[in-house]
Amino acid sequence: MSAVAPRLTLRTGGRLRRRRIVNRIMEAFGTAAALLAVGVLVLVIISVAVRGAPALSWHFLTTPPSLFGPPGGISSAIIGSALIIGMATAMALPVGVLGAVYLTELAPHRVAGVVQLCLDILNGMPTIVTGIFVYGLLVVGHVQSAFAAAFALAIVMLPLVARATQEVLLLVPQSLREASFALGVSKWRTTVGVVLPTTLGGVLTGTVVAIARAAGETAPLLFTCSIFAPAVSTDVTHALPNIPVLIFTYSEQPDKALHAQAWAAALVLMAFVLLASLLARVLLARQRSKLAR
Amino acid sequence: MTPGTRTDTIPIDVAPVEIAQQRKAPLPEVRDVVFDVQSLSATYGTTTAISDVSLDVYRNLITAVIGPSGCGKSTFIRCLNRMNDLVPGAKIDGKVLYHGEDLYGDGVDPVEVRRRIGMVFQRPNPFPKSIYDNVAWGPRVLGMRKGIDERVEKALRGAALWDEVKDRLKKSGLSLSGGQQQRLCIARAIAIEPEVLLLDEPASALDPIATSSIEELMHDLKREYTLVIVTHNMQQAARVADLTAFFSLDVEDGRRSGVLVEYDTTEKVFTNPADKRTEDYVTGRFG
Repeated sequence: MSAVAPRLTLRTGGRLRRRRIVNRIMEAFGTAAALLAVGVLVLVIISVAVRGAPALSWHFLTTPPSLFGPPGGISSAIIGSALIIGMATAMALPVGVLGAVYLTELAPHRVAGVVQLCLDILNGMPTIVTGIFVYGLLVVGHVQSAFAAAFALAIVMLPLVARATQEVLLLVPQSLREASFALGVSKWRTTVGVVLPTTLGGVLTGTVVAIARAAGETAPLLFTCSIFAPAVSTDVTHALPNIPVLIFTYSEQPDKALHAQAWAAALVLMAFVLLASLLARVLLARQRSKLAR
Repeated sequence: MTPGTRTDTIPIDVAPVEIAQQRKAPLPEVRDVVFDVQSLSATYGTTTAISDVSLDVYRNLITAVIGPSGCGKSTFIRCLNRMNDLVPGAKIDGKVLYHGEDLYGDGVDPVEVRRRIGMVFQRPNPFPKSIYDNVAWGPRVLGMRKGIDERVEKALRGAALWDEVKDRLKKSGLSLSGGQQQRLCIARAIAIEPEVLLLDEPASALDPIATSSIEELMHDLKREYTLVIVTHNMQQAARVADLTAFFSLDVEDGRRSGVLVEYDTTEKVFTNPADKRTEDYVTGRFG
């Protein structure tokens, strides 16, 4: 054939051919699995969009549900959800950030490990358990309230905010802290003046992710904020209409119009979560480029 | 500027001994002691970094600390402003008297110590803030708010950086070149008017031109400050330092620790060292 020795061939054959086929098959499986994951997301988005779009309108977003006559909208649920999540963020953000500061900047090594484990367990806690806990703590003997719901959601958000903050705090180079200490600045002022401003983007990212997660949480709300009047209200000492519970109750009703509204509400919720996730990615990318010298 | 103490370009191939011989200006007879270090030892966990170091550091002079890698040079100067407190497991024995007061004595606040004894690090580490804020932040936090603009300008002039950055003070400190960043760090350190400036290999991450400007700057700074500089560049020590301390690794019973071998005027250490180990090191036979 050529001057090359006969045993040395550059063409596939025998075992080499088998290895190549196995390689091809595994590549195909991997690609298929990745496509499946993307496909599931696309399917969910499309089906929710197709079924939710017909009932979606400006009217739907800006009017409260009507008990009689033509169908109303979900404005009271949007306002209620915003209030609940706003309060939950106000509770979870400072505690989460301070907790992360304690973990990375102040805690002795062993204590940090224990606190970290607790945060991980809290993160894995089924939200229905959180719901029952808050139900027993704040609702039994009182009434359901938006505040109780916010408290439950804050528990869900806390580990997410803390872990995200902790991760960016660990990215801050030690040399920055040393530079500040060498100026005769205390640990606390160093944290507030140098470390935290550097990590602002990361903290925001974690917060947005936590908000997106909390926005869709239904289980805790069923216990704490599910019996409400449909009208627009901002009284957080009582249960307020909110999107997850509205979707849940509407979908159980024997009424086609309400089913359509549930789909539309689901579309609104999904759009919010998608936008929030995108925002989180943008913020994180900006943070990364800021810390990379 | 004292004649003969400054070289305008860096002679790469000149032996340290020749540089040291060119230095004509005699050291002042009367010297103020700033640091009186008495049998200082530092350990990290079970590792001894330096053991039994005793030396004096004098006001308005530049003291260089030289020696091979791992001999405890950095550990030594980090003991002088209690930066080692921040390292978990670090333990200090002995005394560091600063104007007669033990830095490691009861009730001494390390934060206050560092306020008076500033430090510049091996790698430039400006804050991710504007050039102005890099310098102004320290004074602001420490309550020196009066005349902050003047203070920033004075510090930047002191670090020979003002002319290069005066038109872009709002730009990020990270936008500067490596040498400029290091001078910004020096400006940041002197903005709070410390008495002593510790420099831990301040030019090792810089190119020769930036190194040259940092060395010139040190000559200017010593009029107002007391400087202690760690360097593993012997030419640099010979060029800038008035006094030189040579550290070496001592192996005793299989345990290695950094020890102070010789401490004298730079001229003496480089031209007529008393210890064989010093001679081997400065003539390049070792290290």
